[in-house]
This record gives sequence, structure tokens and C-alpha cells, in this order.
Amino acid sequence: MSWEFFVGHINYWLFTFLMMTGLYIVVAKGNLVKKIVGLNIFQTSVFMLYISTGKVTGGTAPIFPVDMQIDPEVVYSNPLPHVLILTAIVVGIATTSLGLALIVRIREDFNTIEEDDLVEIEKALARDENELYHQAIGDRV
Amino acid sequence: MLVVTAISVVRLKSLFAIAMLSGVFSLLSALLFVVLDAVDVAFTEAAVGAGISTVLVLGTLALTTRHERPTKHSQVVPLFVVAVTAAVLIYGTLDMPNFGSATAPAQTHVSPDYLERSVHEIGVPNVVTAILASYRGYDTLGETAVVFTAGIGVLLLISGLRRRREDEDEDEEGRES
Amino acid sequence: MRHHLILRVVTKMLVGTIILFAFYVQFHGDYSPGGGFQAGVIMAVAFIIYGIVFGLDKVQQVFPPWIVHKMLALGVLIYAATGIISLFVGFSYLDYGALSPQHPEHGQHWGILAVEFGVGVTVTGVMVAVYYAFAGRPPRLSDEEW
Repeated sequence: MSWEFFVGHINYWLFTFLMMTGLYIVVAKGNLVKKIVGLNIFQTSVFMLYISTGKVTGGTAPIFPVDMQIDPEVVYSNPLPHVLILTAIVVGIATTSLGLALIVRIREDFNTIEEDDLVEIEKALARDENELYHQAIGDRV
Repeated sequence: MLVVTAISVVRLKSLFAIAMLSGVFSLLSALLFVVLDAVDVAFTEAAVGAGISTVLVLGTLALTTRHERPTKHSQVVPLFVVAVTAAVLIYGTLDMPNFGSATAPAQTHVSPDYLERSVHEIGVPNVVTAILASYRGYDTLGETAVVFTAGIGVLLLISGLRRRREDEDEDEEGRES
Repeated sequence: MRHHLILRVVTKMLVGTIILFAFYVQFHGDYSPGGGFQAGVIMAVAFIIYGIVFGLDKVQQVFPPWIVHKMLALGVLIYAATGIISLFVGFSYLDYGALSPQHPEHGQHWGILAVEFGVGVTVTGVMVAVYYAFAGRPPRLSDEEW
């Protein structure tokens, strides 16, 4: 565990901590909107982790000068993770917008967006359906 | 500062503050991306995270409640799950190369090849756009299809039904009277 | 939002600049950070901020919902059609060299421009359509409760 190892890896640990905060919000909190925000935090910290693997010390952004005279001394950071993360960001907002639309419909139908209330409502619905089913079966048997 | 923002999202009860804090988190991460030399990604993250995401969360809040009720079940099991996951992930990162090293496997196989080839094959100064649109064009086609599908999904869920419900109410009133 | 005068004046001045910046980012995606996604989002933001400050009816007069719904599919069509054009000329799908067989570099330029334009159109359409959907529902919280 030399000092160089510690400094070279602390960025991974910091982003892992952010990821775990986002995951904790998704798992532990009951409000649905807060869960979606926690999911966003989780996604963004995954992006940070991924892009930090692409950075080269002393490098610069992967854009050539306009006249395309490439200086062979200049070191460029890795452009491939940037491309993948661009796609991932856009997919992330697609998921977020669909999730929020679902929350709006849930609120309109059940009048709540807390997870505990939703579990109670679903149990009550399942109980009613079970009773109806047993009544129907009872007539036939 | 990122850590402070994330922890305050965990603790706060007012959803309006959480919406604003998520925008702050996105802007701070865009700053971090600029420091890590990822300018395209920083641009997209700032526009999308701090703009569209905040607007959508605020729109949802206008259609639902503004405060969170505290949960009743215990918080110990989630903490345990999160701790175990964190331990496993940190164990995994012990093997990874140091931050910024030029000999890491991520820097040595395909990317120097792309950087060299794109000079005479494509001739576009922005290498990220060149890879996105030309070398990895199929992925971008799939991603555009994903955005399109998400748009259609939201439209199906939210927009059309109001008109149909109004028509149904009018039909019922017409039949009753 | 009838009583926020500063917001209304500033928004009127900003919307034109934002749309111009969106076009700049779209077509300079080759030379500076930018490209289809960023430009699409920025263009959508211009319409969204106009809708927030001036009301949904006014922005729907300028940009009616049926145009938005057509734009959603049009962008994906432009992207896929660029690939199919390459098929017609005899190259493989999405091979931009087909667009100008003597100078493959120029073909790449044209191909990238067309493809990013398609992406920008779709992203603009999706963001504005989602905003229309969310803002079109009657809100449950009145202005005073905020």
C-alpha cells in the first residue's frame, strides 16, 4: 500500500462512495421521486468512474486543431470512453422520463407515491380479488 | 462538494430542494468531466442533467406531492447491502491501473489506432464525433431508436388519455340526458 | 406567470440566442465539442423556457404538437435513410464512402453531417413532446402552495 498506489486509486474509491449513496437512496427511501433522483446520482457516478479510466496524465481533450496539423508531441486522452458515455447519458434521460411518467400515472390512480402505501393498496386489491375468485369457485364446486 | 450534495439528497424531506440539488449535482459532475478532459461529455451532461432532468422532476412534482413521508421499515438492511456491495467493488478496483497511467489496457489497444486512422480516413477535427458517427455509427443508430421509443412511451402514458376521458364523459352525459 | 415582468422580458431576448446557439452547436460538431444530442437538447430548451414563462398555449401555437410528433420519427428516418442510400450505390450499410466515391473523405463529411442532423431532429422532438405531455395535465398544486 504505497503512497502512489493510494493516490492512484483514490478516485475509484471516491466514485464508488458516490455510487453507494445513490444505491442507498434507491433501496432505502420510500418516496418514488426520490428513488428516481437516487438512480440519476448512481448513473452519473458510474459515468465519472468510467471516464476517469480514460484520462492520460498530461493529456488534453481529444480534438485536433482546425487546420489538422497534428503535433506528434501532444498526448490525447482516450476518446473511446467519451463516446460510450455520451450514449449512456442519453439512455439515462430516456429511462428517467419514462419513470417519471409512470409516477404521474401511479399518483393519479392510487393518490399516493409512497412505497409503503402502495404495498398496502396492492395487498388490499389482491385480497379482494382472492375473495371474488373463491366465491366464483365455490359456486361451481 | 459532490459528496456533500449526494448526502444531503439522502437526508432532505422537501422534494423541491431535492430537485434543485440534483441539478447542482449534474453541474458539479460536468465540471469534473471538464477536468478529466471529456469536453463533449461535460457539454451533454450539463445540458441534459441540469436542464431537462430538473424540468422533468419539477413537472412531476407539480403533478404529485411536494414532501416526502418518512419510511416505516428499518434502515439497517439497506445499509448492510450497500456496505457489502461497496466492499466488493473496492476489492475489484484494487487490481485496476493507477489513475492517468499511459500504459493501461484501455489506452493501448483500439484508441491510438482510432486517433491515427481518423486523421486521413475521416479528416474531422473532433475525434469524438468521428467515432460516434462513423466508426461506431450502428450504436448511435440504436441510441436514436432508444430515444424515439422513450418519447413514444411517454406520449402513450401521459398525453392522449385526457382527450379520450373527456369524450367518454361527454358520451355519458349525452346518454343520461 | 403574469406578474413576473423581468422573466418575460429576458426570456424574449434569450430565446432567439438559444436557438442560434443550438444551430451553431449542431453544425460545428465536427470542429468543436458538440454534435446532434447537445444541439437537440439546447433547441428543445429554448421552446421549453418559452412555454414555462408564457404558457403552454402560446408555445403550442408556434410549435404545434402534430409537428413535434412527426419530427420524432423523421430524425430516425433520416439516419436510417443515409445508410440505405449507401446500400443503393453498392457499398455496405452506413458506409459513408458511398456518398462521394472519388473522395472518401468528403463522403465521410457529408455522412456525418446528415446523421447528426437526424439525431438532432429526433432529440429535439422527444424533449419537446415530453414537456408538452407533462405540462398538458392539469396541475395538482396551485401557485400559492409552492
